[in-house]
Amino acid sequence: MDYATLLQILASTLRLATPLLLACLAGLYSERSGIFDIGLEGKMLMAAMASGAIAAMTGSAWIGLAAGIGASLLLAALHGVASITFRGNQLISGVALNFVASGATVLIAQALFQQGGRTPPLTGAARFEPLALPFVDTLKGVPLFGPFYAQVLSGHSILVYLALAAVPASWWLLYRTRFGLRLRAVGENPESVDTAGVSVIRLRYTAVALTGVLCGVAGAYMATALQAGFGREMTAGRGYIALAALIFAKWRPWSALWATLLFGFLQALALRPDVIEGTLHMKIPVSFLDALPYILTVIVLAGFVGRAIPPRAGGEPYVKER
Amino acid sequence: MTLMKQFLGAAATLALLSGAAAADPALIYDLGGKFDKSFNEAAYAGAKKWAEETGGSYKELEMQSEAQREQALRRLAESGANPIAMTGFAFGDVLNTVAPDYPNTRFVIIDAVVDQPNVRSVVFTEEQGSYLVGMMAALASKSQTVGFIGGMDIPLIRKFACGYAQGVKAVNADAKVLQNMTGTTPAAWNDPVKGAELTKAQVAQGADVIYAAAGSTGIGILQAAADANILSIGVDSNQNYLHPGQVLTSMVKRVDNSVYEAFKEGPELSTGTMVMDLAKDGVGYAMDENNAKLVTDEMKAKVDAAAAKIKSGEITVHDYMTDNTCPVE
Repeated sequence: MDYATLLQILASTLRLATPLLLACLAGLYSERSGIFDIGLEGKMLMAAMASGAIAAMTGSAWIGLAAGIGASLLLAALHGVASITFRGNQLISGVALNFVASGATVLIAQALFQQGGRTPPLTGAARFEPLALPFVDTLKGVPLFGPFYAQVLSGHSILVYLALAAVPASWWLLYRTRFGLRLRAVGENPESVDTAGVSVIRLRYTAVALTGVLCGVAGAYMATALQAGFGREMTAGRGYIALAALIFAKWRPWSALWATLLFGFLQALALRPDVIEGTLHMKIPVSFLDALPYILTVIVLAGFVGRAIPPRAGGEPYVKER
Repeated sequence: MTLMKQFLGAAATLALLSGAAAADPALIYDLGGKFDKSFNEAAYAGAKKWAEETGGSYKELEMQSEAQREQALRRLAESGANPIAMTGFAFGDVLNTVAPDYPNTRFVIIDAVVDQPNVRSVVFTEEQGSYLVGMMAALASKSQTVGFIGGMDIPLIRKFACGYAQGVKAVNADAKVLQNMTGTTPAAWNDPVKGAELTKAQVAQGADVIYAAAGSTGIGILQAAADANILSIGVDSNQNYLHPGQVLTSMVKRVDNSVYEAFKEGPELSTGTMVMDLAKDGVGYAMDENNAKLVTDEMKAKVDAAAAKIKSGEITVHDYMTDNTCPVE
């Protein structure tokens, strides 16, 4: 494998890892507050449809993004009402929302555009165009780093950089602010937070809303940046891979970045069977590479590489003692 | 009791009669979906044409999962639909078991051969059409590198790839043909994101014309090719209009005509295997105002000459499915 090929695979990695990273951080907020969210997939799908549809109608990718976030927030609110206010089973609520999204997206898109549940192809300002980072030309001459900067780091849509910026922002929010401390506490021991006079319900709703926003960005990225429009089931299980990445990352923001980059790298590598054969001198089935993220997650869960301990109060609705 | 039986029997006969009277044809689309702008949509176009011309109505069903195939077939057969057309090789095994149970219903399967007395199997010589667009790709390529992206990795799609590669090599023996498949499951027909990434990977390897034979996945491939400012080649339906001026041509497979003719012949349609080749206009390449500027007269003359030779038998294009090997890479 030469350097140019490696750069191409790394650029592909970054593009494929972005929706995973956004969804993974989304799940992180929710689960850290003690609300399991298996419905990341559904929220992304709904956001992809809404952003694709609204961007096609208005011709603006930014309005599309806002619509995507709005649609995702709506599903997040439903999940919140079901699992926080009515103390329903969080897994069942999440699965239900996934099914709702899977059907409703196609239905709405078909009713709006009559194109078989697809939104019309987006052009021009209706799509997030690739951005060239500053100093690309000046740094071109620098050996190794120059091409890396130009091809891997530069030339992605703004949402990719937004996703990357969300990692330190999440770390700061969770570990350096009062809100973050409370959020982590509410996922471990909601009683103590309640005793301190902080509303468990409000904290959990805030976390679920943050999840909605991030899933909305992830969905909008898929429909208006990575692709030019929404298609049936276009998220293709990325919400579940993000959940696996979350476990792999042991519910930490920086680890989430590395985990999703690793999973993105595996996906990018699966696209280049010729490269794998060239470097390893043996054939590896593509399906094995596709399964690798899940296999790695199981290994982590089984406790071979450190232990993955979920937030202690995760999955349990909070009932105030009377 | 006997009275009851008679009543029930009468009711059943009535139901059967009314079912037979409303012998509407039916069409089942495969997992790519009715509006894949490609294979299944071509079948839909044929059915629509029939409905508009005759004023008749037809039933249709879209597959949502692999498990529905047998159910869908049986349900349509029991509802009295006749003939029942289905798109896709994946129906082959299922139809082979279902067809004998409904001897009075005629079935039409596209892209597979099912040896039953009440089945018409329609197969296309995709290698010939792909050969022609392969020639065109090689003539249009400046980098001497062209690409092929298939949907699910099955012999049928390898047949497309093999015909394409032969066409490319016929024009330029030194040209490089990059080949990728999207996946190994039926989901590979509907994964535009992966299709787009594969396209970008091939562009990075130098490809400047990419042929997509991947159902709905092709939408992502054509989009990514247009984004990267290179040419693409559509498949099955005429896809030139998707990105005017950026789709070199489309390898059209006249699934629409096959469905149209089957519906027209109605419940009494003839059975057996029909091979739709270049001579019968079963396959070909698409020209319209969207790609008129991309295809020069010289290119067209060369491709048309090759088409004439294929028709006359002077050139034989190797069919991958006969021996599961391809003479060129």
